[in-house]
Amino acid sequence: MFAYVIRRVLATIPVMALVALFVFSLLYIAPGDPAAVIAGDQATPQDVERIRASLGLDRPFLIRFGEWVWNILNGDMGVSIFTNLPVTTMIQQRIEPTLSLMILTLILAVSIAVPMGVVAAWKQGTLIDRAVMGFAVLGFSVPVFVVGYLLAYVFALELDWLPVQGYTAFKVGFFPWLENLILPSVALGGVYIALIARITRATMLEVLQQDYIRTARAKGAGQSNILFLHALKNAAVPIVTVIGIGIALLIGGAVVTESVFAIPGLGRLTVDAILRRDYPVIQGVVLLFSFVYVLVNLLIDLAYTLFDPRIRY
Amino acid sequence: MHRRTLLQASLAALPAPAFAQGAAARTLRVIPQANLTSLDPVWTTAVVTRNHAFLVYDQLCAQDAKGEIRPQMAEGWVMEQDGLAWTFTLRDGLRFHDGEKVLAKDCVASIKRWARRDPFAQVLWPAVAEVEALDDRRFRFRLNRPLPLLLMALGQTQFPCFIMPERIASTDAFQQIREAVGSGPFRFVANEWNPGQRAVWAKFDGYIPRQEPVDGLAGGRTPRLNRVEWTIISDPATAANAMTTGEQDYWEYPLHDLLPLLRRNREVVVEQRLLDGFYGICRFNHLQPPFNNPGIRRAVAMAVDQRDYMRAVAGNEKDGWEACEGVFTCGTPLANEAGSEILKVRNIDRARAALKEAGYAGEKVVLVAPGDYPQINALSLVTADLLTRLGMNLELVSTDWGTLVQRRVSKEPVEKGGWSIIHTTSSGQSLALPVYHLFLRANGANAWFGWPSDAEIERLRGEWLSAPDLATQKPVAEALNRRAMEVLPYIPLGFYWQPSAWRRNVTGAFRAPATVFWNMSKA
Repeated sequence: MFAYVIRRVLATIPVMALVALFVFSLLYIAPGDPAAVIAGDQATPQDVERIRASLGLDRPFLIRFGEWVWNILNGDMGVSIFTNLPVTTMIQQRIEPTLSLMILTLILAVSIAVPMGVVAAWKQGTLIDRAVMGFAVLGFSVPVFVVGYLLAYVFALELDWLPVQGYTAFKVGFFPWLENLILPSVALGGVYIALIARITRATMLEVLQQDYIRTARAKGAGQSNILFLHALKNAAVPIVTVIGIGIALLIGGAVVTESVFAIPGLGRLTVDAILRRDYPVIQGVVLLFSFVYVLVNLLIDLAYTLFDPRIRY
Repeated sequence: MHRRTLLQASLAALPAPAFAQGAAARTLRVIPQANLTSLDPVWTTAVVTRNHAFLVYDQLCAQDAKGEIRPQMAEGWVMEQDGLAWTFTLRDGLRFHDGEKVLAKDCVASIKRWARRDPFAQVLWPAVAEVEALDDRRFRFRLNRPLPLLLMALGQTQFPCFIMPERIASTDAFQQIREAVGSGPFRFVANEWNPGQRAVWAKFDGYIPRQEPVDGLAGGRTPRLNRVEWTIISDPATAANAMTTGEQDYWEYPLHDLLPLLRRNREVVVEQRLLDGFYGICRFNHLQPPFNNPGIRRAVAMAVDQRDYMRAVAGNEKDGWEACEGVFTCGTPLANEAGSEILKVRNIDRARAALKEAGYAGEKVVLVAPGDYPQINALSLVTADLLTRLGMNLELVSTDWGTLVQRRVSKEPVEKGGWSIIHTTSSGQSLALPVYHLFLRANGANAWFGWPSDAEIERLRGEWLSAPDLATQKPVAEALNRRAMEVLPYIPLGFYWQPSAWRRNVTGAFRAPATVFWNMSKA
């Protein structure tokens, strides 16, 4: 097991190197020039050139890439072209809101979607099953920003229960933190709930047909015992896999959700950086997201052993 | 009863400390027009950075509401030697936020750094022999020839000359400064700056405002608020909601579509604060076909109806926009419509005939539109519709602003990544005088993107620069307008007003050439 973990961690290095090369190359060939954005309308072409030179953007690709990789290896992600702040500082400033949003959404989604899927499978073909599947279709179909605006309208503007926008740091207090994150988490969780509920239902339906479930019933096991102890545990591997894959959905959705609810997270940082062509920030954030995604997948793989003792690494 | 009302009622029953209530009341929560990404007003021309600079820095002299230049940090100035020397004297007791005294050498260093980047100063600079500190409070401009526009350059709002400590101002003008230390009414709270989310300024207790009443950017800049907090809300609907619920106090640039919604709220005031409107500009690429042909440019101008453009940007909002069929800012001394008849044709059939007569042979027209810039995008789409109706071979390229500002640099044909038409907007201040009217320059390769070339426009601009007074400047301005309408370096598209919105408990908002927060308070 330990050797497997080490192997997987080492395997992330070439993956990250490829991501780094890919991101750097894409930014190099993509149109846009931060020097022109900085210089503004009044600048002469000579001014723009001078700014480009002062930012080091006039140097050859390989030199810039080599320097960037060397700095990354030394723990230095560079300095934002616009703010003059280190990229690591900017990421540190933004990581808590995004992490909070994703964790809360994950907790919310799993705690709602898994029981929903289990109940839908148990009550297959009934009104409850159709309602759950209907919700799943709705969750997939309605965009995050529409859900966000509707929630803000009802719960912030009309009922005045929750704030419209913003983020309060966890250190300020749990309830202020939660107050700001409830609406964004529900908005972002919609798609995720739909995805997990559908997979849970499908997997549970398959498991509930198995012989060992019939045996458990014959032995007089209770319904909840059968569903959650026998069936769900055996259905857990695909569900956990989907939860892991869904992290990518969450990262993508966080960009929109953070904009709608004005949460100062990594999603908005990425969008702002892309619009301004703040290359060091884009590279830093994309690299971080890739690393998180690789790490989550590793954790999911390790979690398989908890649910299915037959899996060994 | 609402949960918050209940909570507020419960809290009201508690003996709340008075100082805490006062502190909250003296914090103005602002939604700025853009994200504050850079702190250096010389390094970048971004308006949001300029607004930050007005909080932090002070100016030697500043524009009042009538556009006249009046002393600000300067106690006054004396012109000597028949206009060949100007000596400025600083007010006593001025201090920077780091506690150091403001000295003449700081002003000299700041002026020199600013002059390397400001286009207005660059025009004047060949006439400046030296700027030198005479003692702690006095510095002098020595000139090669008289410069009547010197004060206007120093006190302008477009690219203001802000005063920084010498140690910071000695940074190269093309390098970004790392500290925001000024002598203005508010100091920047650097450790609370989170670019993209929040920026905070606190009242500078050591600031000594002028005693005159506030007048535009001149007069007493009294900081009445303890803190000014900017929260970046990029989504306009969310910003409107935050204003409605009272989570924010002030919204600098509300989207025009949302103004009716804000006006319906009794707790929100929607008013014009800026003294100038924003002007729409349609810019041709003069180097490439078909718009290297002046006849084709004129044919397009004949089809333009400024009212269509302004409605697309600002809707049918009452007093939200106006037509302005000249190249100089309407309502300013040089504004005129000499030769502007071409913009009053507004007829597609006549324009189509003129296009044919000019020899348009179906050359491809590439119009680049920035989808992430609502106003400029609206202008672009109206032109796209117009060109289609004229029967031109149009390719509309919708992209983002970051890509557009790079593509507009290209002088190549459209087949090789070039462009034919772009749009932009510009504040009225920047179009009021030929000296900094960017779109009126016609000096070929050195002109603004589109690179028009016309010796007569450049000659008239030079003539205006040496005209000693308004009486002699006006005929030159008329000749410039007339020539611009023949050559059409660009098509003026009218102007719209950009109101601001604030909660009713915010007081002291006044009209000025820029968004500033001194003299404002919150009940």
